[in-house]
Amino acid sequence: MLQLLFFNITNGLIIGAFYALMALGLSLILNLSGVINFAHGGFLVIGGYLAYTLTPFLGFWGALVVAPPLTAIIGFVVERLLIRRLYGRDPLYSLLLTFGLAFIIEDGTRQIWGAQGLPVSIPAALSSPLSNDLFFITGYRMFMVAIVAVAIAVLFVLFRYTRIGVRIRAGTLDLETVAALGVNVGALRSLNFAVGIFLAGLAGVLAGGQLGLEPTMGDGLLMPSFIAIIVGGVGSLTGTLIGGLLIGVASGLTAVFFPSASEAIIYVMMAIVLLVRPRGLLGEEGMLT
Amino acid sequence: MTGERQNRLILPAAIWGALVLAPYWTPLVGGYTALGTRVLVLGLGAMSVNFLLGFTGVLSFGHAAWFGLGAYACGLALKYVAASTPLGMLAGTLVGGLAGALLGALLVRRRGIYFAMVTIAFGQVFYYIAFQWNSVTGGDDGLRGFARQPIDFGLFRIDLLHNDVAFYYFVLVCFAIAVAAMAFILHSPFGRTMTAIRENERRARFLGIPVELHIWIAFTLSCFFMAFAGSLYALLNNFADPRVLHYSLSGDFVIMAVMGGMRSFWGPLLGAVIFVVLQDYISSVTVNWMSFIGILIVFIVLFFPRGVLGLLQQRSKA
Repeated sequence: MLQLLFFNITNGLIIGAFYALMALGLSLILNLSGVINFAHGGFLVIGGYLAYTLTPFLGFWGALVVAPPLTAIIGFVVERLLIRRLYGRDPLYSLLLTFGLAFIIEDGTRQIWGAQGLPVSIPAALSSPLSNDLFFITGYRMFMVAIVAVAIAVLFVLFRYTRIGVRIRAGTLDLETVAALGVNVGALRSLNFAVGIFLAGLAGVLAGGQLGLEPTMGDGLLMPSFIAIIVGGVGSLTGTLIGGLLIGVASGLTAVFFPSASEAIIYVMMAIVLLVRPRGLLGEEGMLT
Repeated sequence: MTGERQNRLILPAAIWGALVLAPYWTPLVGGYTALGTRVLVLGLGAMSVNFLLGFTGVLSFGHAAWFGLGAYACGLALKYVAASTPLGMLAGTLVGGLAGALLGALLVRRRGIYFAMVTIAFGQVFYYIAFQWNSVTGGDDGLRGFARQPIDFGLFRIDLLHNDVAFYYFVLVCFAIAVAAMAFILHSPFGRTMTAIRENERRARFLGIPVELHIWIAFTLSCFFMAFAGSLYALLNNFADPRVLHYSLSGDFVIMAVMGGMRSFWGPLLGAVIFVVLQDYISSVTVNWMSFIGILIVFIVLFFPRGVLGLLQQRSKA
């Protein structure tokens, strides 16, 4: 029983780390640009499939390094060409635009790489379990969590100590003042969007190694990411991180006692948060209300 | 002034004329009656979304939840309670509408993009429930084993199941009742406060309108209309599957409303005609219909955000 519990909590933390990685990217874009990026799951898929295509040439490690920035570049181009035209308009339009983009990406992926799921081979060094008792903690899972942790740590350090990071945080609070101080808000938003998509691409590469690739794999991760943001509080990156881990662990724990509700529990958590603390755990009052 | 008045009469007259005669003219242009019925049902859904979006300015991106709940409740009532079409519709409308009223109370303090996000997420709850609860809903395979029943008026009996045209007219009558109710509400003093909230929420609040309460009422009404449309959808297909609850259907409804013109009463119906017919046609000629629909959505958002009717109104003013 104890082992089962431990197994599911570990599982929940790993899933939660994924949710957090996705949700942080979404949150960045939502905070600075006011765009709900429905195509975020689509970018995750692009990242995973790019890594698949690059692996024969660069190996697993090369693909891991190259695929996320490539995804970010695609995101950057999409922002420049399409999404930036909609800033300042009703958020309905950017929501619909990314909704349409998600369709195009899903269908495009199917067209290019086929509708069948593709397996991803991971290096042998990562695929063996660490010990017999803890069979579920494979090297790859530890590796995933480590990468996610490093990525999130780097993001937080960049946001705290670099000029651009500070500008993005300031823009989240008061974009007008930031613009008045001479910051190129358009460029800032493009860069910020690309960073968000980078995180989605990274999540895609890592998820591919664990689950294999499918054109619809982003779908299952998108909703929990929304919920992570709502639970953690809109406007707070730390909140999003905590929200992601929290719903991951909650669904892991529920899987022990009542497996069929492991999906529903995160919605229950969202309902409770909205009822008790509508702005979310660390949300700022008045943000995007 | 008289010209405008004439316009106001001509447009509805033309729409009703086209709808009433649809079973006769659609085959001539390559359509079929069931497609016409589908347009009516999804059009009613799009009008219900727009009741909230276009007239109160509140964006719900999870309305498929109420549509799907209506469909499932109608199907389950027909299958397990009694084989009666009106009973199924009543069950569908009540279940979907009341669930909407309940969740709406959690949502009304949120606005704009945050409201949209919460509605998307909540909408998916029902998708997962329908997906997981195999024993009742049939899970991924969908709910089967029910069929719309003939309606008995004592003197005569209408066979809805085998006669497509009769079923079309049945749906048209239901559609007309719902649309008349919507128009009545929008023209009532309450409907005016909805528009006031859309135009300037703060001013509406200063005028003493209880904004949260009115948004909740508008949301709930819209959910009831949606669930009513959903129960018709279950009757149309004699089937319900989890996709009727999925957020991509919510997105379809919103895009229909935008495509036709959000600020006009009839716009969403026009959007539904275009969307449903295009989807039907494209998916019959190419497997890549998703890309085409996606490109269409992007195109409309970038170049025709006011929709077809919005464009026409602009023309006539210029």
